[in-house]
Amino acid sequence: MLSKKEKALIAEIWESLSPVAEDIGSDALLRMFASFPGTKTYFSHLDISPNSSHLRTHGKKIVLAIADGAKDISQLTVSLAPLQTLHAYQLRIDPTNFKLFSQCMLVTLACHLGEDFTPIAHAAMDKYLSAFAAVLAEKYR
Amino acid sequence: MVEWTEQERSIITGIFANLSYEEIGPKALVRCLIVYPWTQRYFSSFGNLYNAEAIRGNPNVAAHGIKVLHGLDRAVKNMDNIKATYAELSVLHSEKLHVDPDNFRVSSAGLQQMHSAHLKADRLVSRRLTFPLFLHQLLADCLTIEIAAKLGTAFTADTQAAFQKFLAVVVSALGRQYH
Repeated sequence: MLSKKEKALIAEIWESLSPVAEDIGSDALLRMFASFPGTKTYFSHLDISPNSSHLRTHGKKIVLAIADGAKDISQLTVSLAPLQTLHAYQLRIDPTNFKLFSQCMLVTLACHLGEDFTPIAHAAMDKYLSAFAAVLAEKYR
Repeated sequence: MVEWTEQERSIITGIFANLSYEEIGPKALVRCLIVYPWTQRYFSSFGNLYNAEAIRGNPNVAAHGIKVLHGLDRAVKNMDNIKATYAELSVLHSEKLHVDPDNFRVSSAGLQQMHSAHLKADRLVSRRLTFPLFLHQLLADCLTIEIAAKLGTAFTADTQAAFQKFLAVVVSALGRQYH
């Protein structure tokens, strides 16, 4: 359950990070590939070396989708509908990997925001990313 | 047998060498209790944990957080034999404290002593495990976040990977006595 305050906090954080979506997204992806090498198998069609244009473009896409969802969290099922279809029928990424990516995203946020990534912000963000992942996997079966 | 590269060893010893246990220990435990409130279940003897402010100001939480980091010290100094290092503590956690190894992946030097005092056969009589297995993971994740927040971009992807590998080994060692 996300309170009004938490929703506002989440929207604010992603709003402020949208301008650096490429940095945030590619950083989170790199962390995931380093800590959980099995996740690299989903990217055999891309060049995922540090700073590659593929990595930055893809990272940006992901972050902008997360930021977009954050603008109106109560409408996640609506706003993520196209991505739900994409993940369910084409990408078919095992949902366990969403958890791994979320954990790495939290680390990226901690590195980036430092002291500002308070336990309260962390809790709210963890809840949001879990909800986001759950909605993303809704059409899987 | 866990294999460590030279790079991993230096990353891990480097992190702990530059860590303020008094600062990060309490913060990691505070974060865990706030982000995963159900973990407060295991700290009911600590007093007031009613809200974030109370948790942050609770001296028992702070003291325990410091203990936890000192406990990790043993593993840092014995990276090639973490399993044996924590064998005693693992039994303590499973038998006396009933802590689920998944909930936290820490041990403490103080507990080690307390533990050996209690390691008599008659004390290890059947105790039902009442803690689920996730607590270690949650505390480890919070410790990772605190260090990330402290080090910023210096906490690179490779640094994170090495640190998480280390914590995973500690958790596994602590969990070995659970059955």
